[in-house]
Amino acid sequence: MGINWIYPEHEVVRNRDRCINCRVCERQCANEVHEYLSEHDKMVCDDAKCVNCHRCVSLCPTRALKIIPSGNTYRPNSNWTNRTINELYRQADTGGVLLSSMGCPQRYPVYFEKILLNASQVTNPSIDPLREPMESKVSLGARPRDIQRDENGRMINNLPPQISLSMPVMFSAMSYGSISYNAHESLARAAQELGILYNTGEGGLHEDFYEYGANTIVQVASGRFGVHSAYLNSGAAIEIKMGQGAKPGIGGHLPGTKIVGDISRTRMIPEGSDAISPAPHHDIYSIEDLRQLVYSLKTVTGHKKPVIVKIAAVHNVTAIASGIARSGADIIAIDGFRGGSGATPTRIRDNVGIPIELALASVDQRLRDEGIRDNVSIIVGGSIRSSADVVKAVALGADCVYIGTSALMALGCHLCRSCHAGKCNWGIATQEPQLTRRLNPDIGHRRLVNLMNAWRHEIKEMMGGMGINSIESLKGNRSMLRGIGLNEKELEILGIRHAGE
Amino acid sequence: MTTCCGERFLGAGLKTGETLHLSGTPGNAMGAYLDGGEITVQGNVQDAVGDTMNHGTIIVHGSAGDALGYAMRGGEIYVRGSAGYRAGIHMKEYESQKPVLVIGGGAGSFLGEYMAGGLIVVLSMDCADSPAGNFTGTGMHGGKIFIRAQQPLEHLPAQVSQHAATPEDLQEIAAYVTQFAQHFSFDANELLQSQFYVLCPNATNPYHQLYVAN
Repeated sequence: MGINWIYPEHEVVRNRDRCINCRVCERQCANEVHEYLSEHDKMVCDDAKCVNCHRCVSLCPTRALKIIPSGNTYRPNSNWTNRTINELYRQADTGGVLLSSMGCPQRYPVYFEKILLNASQVTNPSIDPLREPMESKVSLGARPRDIQRDENGRMINNLPPQISLSMPVMFSAMSYGSISYNAHESLARAAQELGILYNTGEGGLHEDFYEYGANTIVQVASGRFGVHSAYLNSGAAIEIKMGQGAKPGIGGHLPGTKIVGDISRTRMIPEGSDAISPAPHHDIYSIEDLRQLVYSLKTVTGHKKPVIVKIAAVHNVTAIASGIARSGADIIAIDGFRGGSGATPTRIRDNVGIPIELALASVDQRLRDEGIRDNVSIIVGGSIRSSADVVKAVALGADCVYIGTSALMALGCHLCRSCHAGKCNWGIATQEPQLTRRLNPDIGHRRLVNLMNAWRHEIKEMMGGMGINSIESLKGNRSMLRGIGLNEKELEILGIRHAGE
Repeated sequence: MTTCCGERFLGAGLKTGETLHLSGTPGNAMGAYLDGGEITVQGNVQDAVGDTMNHGTIIVHGSAGDALGYAMRGGEIYVRGSAGYRAGIHMKEYESQKPVLVIGGGAGSFLGEYMAGGLIVVLSMDCADSPAGNFTGTGMHGGKIFIRAQQPLEHLPAQVSQHAATPEDLQEIAAYVTQFAQHFSFDANELLQSQFYVLCPNATNPYHQLYVAN
């Protein structure tokens, strides 16, 4: 004890020729990396405190700062990497469980990068979205099995409740508490302007945001924070959170230090009390129990809202999805192992779960094989990073995708993966007023709208190139996909052929 | 409804001023999300009664199944008989809302796990075995559990501390025990003069020391 064995991962490099000692970096850094020494008229910094969030880099008016890997290394060892050694030292020092944030950053295959899209040539002409009508709308919910008619032969509208979206992308669940008020406002306003939905996460819904109800998914998790009948009735859909890709099989824990003011009121728990979501719902040990929660939620909302069941992508995801599709749920959301989190044990994040591409392909196939694919819509998340990922996910069988990390990046997140510290310099994953006010919802919602509009146009261009003019025609259309550098088994699971075939 | 037989979700979301009197055996998730209404049952109830209830009263003149009062945030549940497994899991209180669960008989295992607030009273009447099963209060980080018993409970998890109830402690439950006694025609004073043990969380932040930032 006493000696810190871990050398800083990053080095803050200051160009002294450019630095004008304006002290912006010092004011902007909640981690107190920078300090002005008045006796020397000089800025100094402590690399050990730097999380590499780039706030100072972005705000430095003279571009005097950059952050680079410190380069310090233990004796190179392919087995004992710097990271592995440092983590071991941290635990030997504290006895603590390693806690991280955001999605798994490790080197596992990204299957989206091993899938290529088709395009039309000569025959079956491509479509130019600038001059041809092209449908990016989607509707989520169960589809009726049969057409029903009344005694006069007229069709009876037996369509279960649906969510209508202008494009197959929604903002995934991020609770008020894990992210700031301004971040929620940005998401809610962007969702409204875009005609899509955002998701409250499990921390309840702030009273100011009830007005965005038509664009809101309200979440119900094992802790049931802020869940009451007005909350359930306020949204366009209800999501039961059974699992999360960043931490399959374990619960959530928002530390008492973050339960302040409005967070406490919205979660409906006392200030300073830990918000603990138990790992399982202790009233759900089976699909039958899940069905009961689905129908209790439907009962209290007059059967007017679709119910989503969100699970993490795990090994037996197909069997679980098959059960959910029979539980009365209208929509299944599957979260891949790269999905983000405001705090998750490192070992769970980096070692539990499976890639969303494989989970999606196998679930879609299983539900088709069992003839129950129309019982539910499928939403996938867990690192959708671009419009190309969206198109590939839809072609693999998804009805829609969730984006969390991508949305936060539009708001300023630089993926420093330090959300659990609660000192987000970009005003997103923090509740400290001097930090949260840095995120201006006017700008934040505009950047989200920009991102989605850009993606929507790219989606249309990619679809047009394939000669497809609606998301509905792209859905599950795996003939539009080819694998690159994948083995037979991977191709079989993805249900696609190899490039060149 | 006068007699029922297994119908689920009865009285779900019932609001203030609305009342429901049931005889027979209602099905699961009766009074889920209860929002101020009052439900009286002349019989037993099944699982998940009062799930996530916010406000209101449930009076059961029989026994209750599993997962009674799951995550309830307010209101009162009175059960004349016993409760099954997992009663009062993740109960929580908030500002003026304080959920209260009074069980006349005994409770099954996992009573009050993850409890974050509110009050559970187990009166242990006609209870041959231990008034509470295994794992009582695991992960408890708020609220109190009162057990009417001659001996302290054994094998409690590390998150729970236990002490013999003082007269001040008993004042906290007196009003609810009196209500219970009125609902089911017992002598409240007799009940309150018995020995009680109080289970409290050891700390409000049980997981605080568990993690190291990585």
